[in-house]
Amino acid sequence: MALTSLRVVEYGARVYRRTWRGSVISTFLNPVLFLLAMGVGLGTLVDEGSGGATIDLPYLTFLAPGLLAATAMQTAAGDSSYPVMAGIKWRKTYEAALATPIGVGDLVLGHLGWVGIRLVFVTGVYAVIMTLFGATTLWQGLLSIPPAVLTGLAFAAPVTAYTARLKQETGLSNMFRFGIVPLFLFSGTFFPVEQLPDAIEPLAYATPLWHGVSLCRGLALGLDFTVHPLLSAAYLAAWMVAGGLLAHRFMRRRLVV
Amino acid sequence: MTEPLVAAHALTKTFGDFVAVDAVDFEVRPGEVFGFLGPNGAGKSSTMKMIGAVSPLSGGTLRVLGLDPGTDGPEIRSRLGVVPQEDNLDHELTVYENLLIYGRYFGLPRKVIDERVTELLEFAQLQDRRQSTVEPLSGGMKRRLTIARGLINQPELLLLDEPTTGLDPQARHLLWDRLYRLKQEGVTQIITTHYMDEAEQLCDRLVIMDGGKIVAEGSPASLIAQYSTREVLELRFPVGTEDRGVGRIGDLAARVEELPDRVLLYTDDADAAAESVAARGIVPESTVTRRSTLEDVFLRLTGRRLVD
Repeated sequence: MALTSLRVVEYGARVYRRTWRGSVISTFLNPVLFLLAMGVGLGTLVDEGSGGATIDLPYLTFLAPGLLAATAMQTAAGDSSYPVMAGIKWRKTYEAALATPIGVGDLVLGHLGWVGIRLVFVTGVYAVIMTLFGATTLWQGLLSIPPAVLTGLAFAAPVTAYTARLKQETGLSNMFRFGIVPLFLFSGTFFPVEQLPDAIEPLAYATPLWHGVSLCRGLALGLDFTVHPLLSAAYLAAWMVAGGLLAHRFMRRRLVV
Repeated sequence: MTEPLVAAHALTKTFGDFVAVDAVDFEVRPGEVFGFLGPNGAGKSSTMKMIGAVSPLSGGTLRVLGLDPGTDGPEIRSRLGVVPQEDNLDHELTVYENLLIYGRYFGLPRKVIDERVTELLEFAQLQDRRQSTVEPLSGGMKRRLTIARGLINQPELLLLDEPTTGLDPQARHLLWDRLYRLKQEGVTQIITTHYMDEAEQLCDRLVIMDGGKIVAEGSPASLIAQYSTREVLELRFPVGTEDRGVGRIGDLAARVEELPDRVLLYTDDADAAAESVAARGIVPESTVTRRSTLEDVFLRLTGRRLVD
């Protein structure tokens, strides 16, 4: 199966060669805009106010690695929602692939494989920009790429599974509205989760993004971890594997009838 | 006799309580063009998907290329060509890339694919469109590309699900010509269609399906001989004509069928029947004499009710 899955990865790359222009601007521009507005703009206020004492770091430095993990999440969710829906329902390109020796397992594995490659590229660009802003050293920035990719895959797999069950696309915008955006805002990216009300704080630790942020921030800035990094990595890996298995199951139920 | 390429016994497909394919038996022999003819919802596409090893059987047995689709799916699919009813090309990619990707799905090396693409584009009359994206192509071009795509692995058996639905007459005739060439090259084909002329043009042998069951089987000519007469006399009357003389012409034909605007006489000599009708003083608005077609067989077997 592994070898045939590579053919699906190759397919992803080929489609990307046709469509990269649409996403490449945002890949480079988003980190710059976010780091400028939040890191530099808002950061100046935070550093001069009481925030500086709470986080004990320049705000830009604090923010950048968290945004790296959050960017990985958003990229992965984007690539595993509408394009997957197109493959299943709108363009039926998955149906076309399944008429060949390619199986459902190859489709899922190949899709996640290609998303992984995309994530290396997107987070790599991000890490370099982050260093250009002076948020971290290049070496430490690059070190935070693997956990960022893992964070992305921990979302890509369950989002693929979720999409495979959807009949209507409104479920996708709801997922972003009620899932991805709140995670983006409240998983320790912009402020430490200790700032959250005590009742909600444990919830933040349950989110995969918090663990991704924790790993990226710890590695990029050389900080101590509140949760052991291997535990965080294992937690993310568990989301990835469980999501992948579910994606396989739901996709099979949807496409092999 | 050579072993059949496809052999189905009591083949069944159910979706919940709904029986889409109801214990059908058929065999497809090497080199022939075999047709599934039937109204919408007759179970043609479900049967095709089972043959294509993409849809599991609900009951019965099925052998494709001597293999079991339940366990040898990838092996079977690697030797089949599939042209689905709905176009599922990748619209973002070029004509060439669509063929390349498909070839890669079959594990073919780039060099082999490139050689075949050149031949296939010529066959599909798409040489000029090689680098064009799929989106702007006409319906006929997309169909031809889908057929070319289905041939990239040089399949032993080509499955075509309603290959010309939605195409204009020129595009249909071009497609028929291409399919006939494939037949001459020895490619076995299974076609579903609800177009009678298509079935008559293309199929050596066909089965008529209705409500998930096979209701008749044979060559187009033998089906006409068995279920219809050589010719048909159509008497057209203005709608609402009180006396169409049906009671007086029963003996002139093997079968008489009354429709709101017409009376059909199934007979071996339509001209003679027309003379007799005139001699009995029945004067229709117009008369048409024609040969029997598969459509007459089809309507007789599946009825004139509308399937929605």
